[in-house]
Amino acid sequence: MRDRPHPPLRGDLPGERGGENLKVVGRPLPRVDAAAKVTGRAMYADDLLPARTLHCRILRSPHPHARILSIDTSAARRIPGVVAVITGSDLPIKFGILPVTQDERALEHEKVRYVGDPIAAVAATDEEIAAAACDAIAVEYEVLEPVMSINAALGVPKDERIQDYGGPNNVHKFVALEFGEVEGVFERADHVREDVFFFQGNTHLPMEQHSAVATYIDGKVTLWSSTQVVHYVHRALAKVLELPMHRIRVIGAAHGGGFGGKTDPFAHEIIVAKLAMMTGRPVKCTLTREEVFYAHRGRHPVLMWVRTGVTRDGQITAMHFRTALDGGAYGSYGVASTFYTGALQTVTYDIPAYRFEGCRVFTNKPPCGPKRGHGTPQPRFALELHLEKIAHDLGIDPVELKRRNFVKPDTRTVNWLRVTSCGLEECTEKVMVASRFRERKKQAGHGMGFAISSYLSGAGTAIYWNDMPHSEVQIKVDRGGVTAYCGAMDIGQGSDSVLATIVAEELGLQPADVRLVTADTDTTPIDLGSYSSRVTFMAGNAALEAARKMRALLVEAVEAGGHRFEDVTFEEASILAEARFGTLATAGSYTPPKIAGPYKGSGVGPSPAYSYSACVVDLDADARTGLITVNKVWIAHDVGRAINPLLVEGQVEGSVYMGLGEALMEEQAFRKGLHKWPSMLEYKSPTFLDMPEVETFIVETIDPEGPYGAKEAGQGPLLPVPPAVCAALHDALGVWIDEIPVTPEKVVEALRRKEKGEPARYGPSAFPSIPYPPTIKVEPPPKDPSATAASI
Amino acid sequence: MKNELARDVERVVLFLDVNGERRDLLLPVHKTLLEVLREDMQLTGTKHGCELGECGTCTVLIDGRPELSCLLLPVQLQGRAITTIEGMAHGAELHPLQTAFAELGAAQCGYCTPGILLSARSLLESNAKPSRDEIREALAGNLCRCTGYTKIIEAIELAAGRMK
Repeated sequence: MRDRPHPPLRGDLPGERGGENLKVVGRPLPRVDAAAKVTGRAMYADDLLPARTLHCRILRSPHPHARILSIDTSAARRIPGVVAVITGSDLPIKFGILPVTQDERALEHEKVRYVGDPIAAVAATDEEIAAAACDAIAVEYEVLEPVMSINAALGVPKDERIQDYGGPNNVHKFVALEFGEVEGVFERADHVREDVFFFQGNTHLPMEQHSAVATYIDGKVTLWSSTQVVHYVHRALAKVLELPMHRIRVIGAAHGGGFGGKTDPFAHEIIVAKLAMMTGRPVKCTLTREEVFYAHRGRHPVLMWVRTGVTRDGQITAMHFRTALDGGAYGSYGVASTFYTGALQTVTYDIPAYRFEGCRVFTNKPPCGPKRGHGTPQPRFALELHLEKIAHDLGIDPVELKRRNFVKPDTRTVNWLRVTSCGLEECTEKVMVASRFRERKKQAGHGMGFAISSYLSGAGTAIYWNDMPHSEVQIKVDRGGVTAYCGAMDIGQGSDSVLATIVAEELGLQPADVRLVTADTDTTPIDLGSYSSRVTFMAGNAALEAARKMRALLVEAVEAGGHRFEDVTFEEASILAEARFGTLATAGSYTPPKIAGPYKGSGVGPSPAYSYSACVVDLDADARTGLITVNKVWIAHDVGRAINPLLVEGQVEGSVYMGLGEALMEEQAFRKGLHKWPSMLEYKSPTFLDMPEVETFIVETIDPEGPYGAKEAGQGPLLPVPPAVCAALHDALGVWIDEIPVTPEKVVEALRRKEKGEPARYGPSAFPSIPYPPTIKVEPPPKDPSATAASI
Repeated sequence: MKNELARDVERVVLFLDVNGERRDLLLPVHKTLLEVLREDMQLTGTKHGCELGECGTCTVLIDGRPELSCLLLPVQLQGRAITTIEGMAHGAELHPLQTAFAELGAAQCGYCTPGILLSARSLLESNAKPSRDEIREALAGNLCRCTGYTKIIEAIELAAGRMK
């Protein structure tokens, strides 16, 4: 009677250390949407074209900073084919991803703050007419002096501030925290070193341009969008359109790449909804590639200063870390980004006393936000190179120095972050052995470098404060079929496959047997979306709970019928259970543990689990041209457990690729207020020819709280790549490039300085004087590792 | 005025061979093949990443050779065989490249995948057993931001091995 063996029922608690007899978890199965994607049948937002769709184009500011004196749309409205024209007075309510920075308008009618800021929008019968109508809109500006750098933003503005909050001058946000006392420790340290680093901004460059389609039927707005977070778009639409949430439905279309760039609610999403309400017709807006560069929300440029005290044998005794973030024109996730530039240093290295001062400024550039690693690749780059230099100062092998400071599993950091599973040692050993790092021969022009990292498996706190779950899953079984419902958005990382795999594992099925409904605010329960590497951990745990409840119903019904669950098929079990209980529906949810420390700002950094990575880069560097050729990258990643090792490898390889792009070429730079290269040709990203061989090792530490022990995979492995490149370059040529990206010009300049007897480095010379507020002193947690914030 | 220019355009009657089917079209002469495929034929499997010939996303095959559909005008293409991703499988049977891409995780977000599959198919038709360097060279015009290219190369090698 049985056609598939059932896995044994393993306890009721999510995250139990299971592992035996897993049937589909841990297998390298194709993703559940693979066929749709290789046949071109996956429907992305721009592929949707409801009947009578109007096309929308957006008029954007040509000035980086200007007051809007008047907007005249009359000529545009007269153009045949133009159905509606809207300006900022039609959408005056401000929105923003964080409750504390509601500073954006879908269309700005008072002031523009970067080249590309939206001003007016047209719905027309075709896109060319809409574009021509945008050209026909007359806007009168009073041009203001743009603020284009961190230093300029710290100074007194020539005309006026960019935003009317924050300060002094164009400062957006300050953070100043101290955990334990650093000053006395520096005085007693055997060696103290200071360094300054700069990490240039870069952008996500998803292959798919953002796109959204809205309809308005029966008083309800439906929006299909290429978003990473249907829920946050839902909230922003409700606020700006002044509609109750139940009159808005947001659906995530097939997603053409996010990397953090589609995590904010965007102007075009609000605009098409408004135009659909006004015209009664579907309205679509797809950004041009140039507009995608302006939508941005990418990596913040960050200037960093770090001072560390160590003992003679390289043990860290205290660290003081300062950051200055160039935030662009709006808040976006910037408050969180600022905290993140200081939060995770302690999650890889045991730092007994730690002081962090951060500052984000507004500039007249597209707003920065979260890009893969959100606020942590920049300090990771600085920290890894800084420790590398300390090791050189002390004459200690850098790998050995770092190892001596690795955090241990089941500890709390000085800033109250709870570390559970930690595979740093194992990851390091894997890449050391495979790359033969220790046996490498010193050879001019060839080098190897090592670095480590860590990242969150989901942020421990929500964007807006609430006590509700971060993820919910419902499962329905009827007439032999199973469907799982979850708000999670698959952005290509494979979250649909993770959900299907977990449900299939518990019910004794294959992932392909599970129907999925995801990312639809009408039909699926909440999930906070694909950011902060949260979906496998959080939606995975919710799915596990729902699936185990469903399994219990099936088992009960089968046993009541006098059979053993193991002896019947799923279809038979489901028929027995539906006959016995009626509608078969179960639900599960996940709420992260309350583990944040007892201080203001402690909400950024906690995660139910941290992933760990270690990386070795092998490269050749030409001293004459400065050209770098990366030969190979070895990377080991502690993912807790690989629910699907094929997809984990894909995330790790993709992270290495993106890390190399950031390390060597990607740069969002500006000249006189204008983006220097808002095109895919001039904004350099690695091609097939630039990508080296990558050898990936998956390390499984079976996290105590992750679903089957799983943690994140999509962000952490990017982080060690830029510092490992710079360490390898130093190994090859004896120069430090303390600034990302490492371009040939910088390498040649550093070599020239070395020849002249100057410091053999290229990078920022000084950190600006920043009026940080008085430091908030926080008592470190007690040494007892079992203590929690709640119990103290 | 620009809008009048946009409206008062020359239109041509064209017969295009797309995926082995003859399609009769009345089109403005300036409309690109990319736009015609997606908007006039509902062949939305062909994607766009820049519409300026920079990213390779909109790659289709013209007489078996990869070309960027965002830079082609249909008026150039009468009598030429146009192949899009929709024409890659034989009915319900996937092309070995499609199967290999699915099995090895060579598609993540999947947006660049149609263009890369078609470039790879063209490569394998002229070089049944390409080296890794030959694969990299042939696909250098197709950007992908998700995969790091590694699994794509492996999938092309797997398919090449199976097609022998």
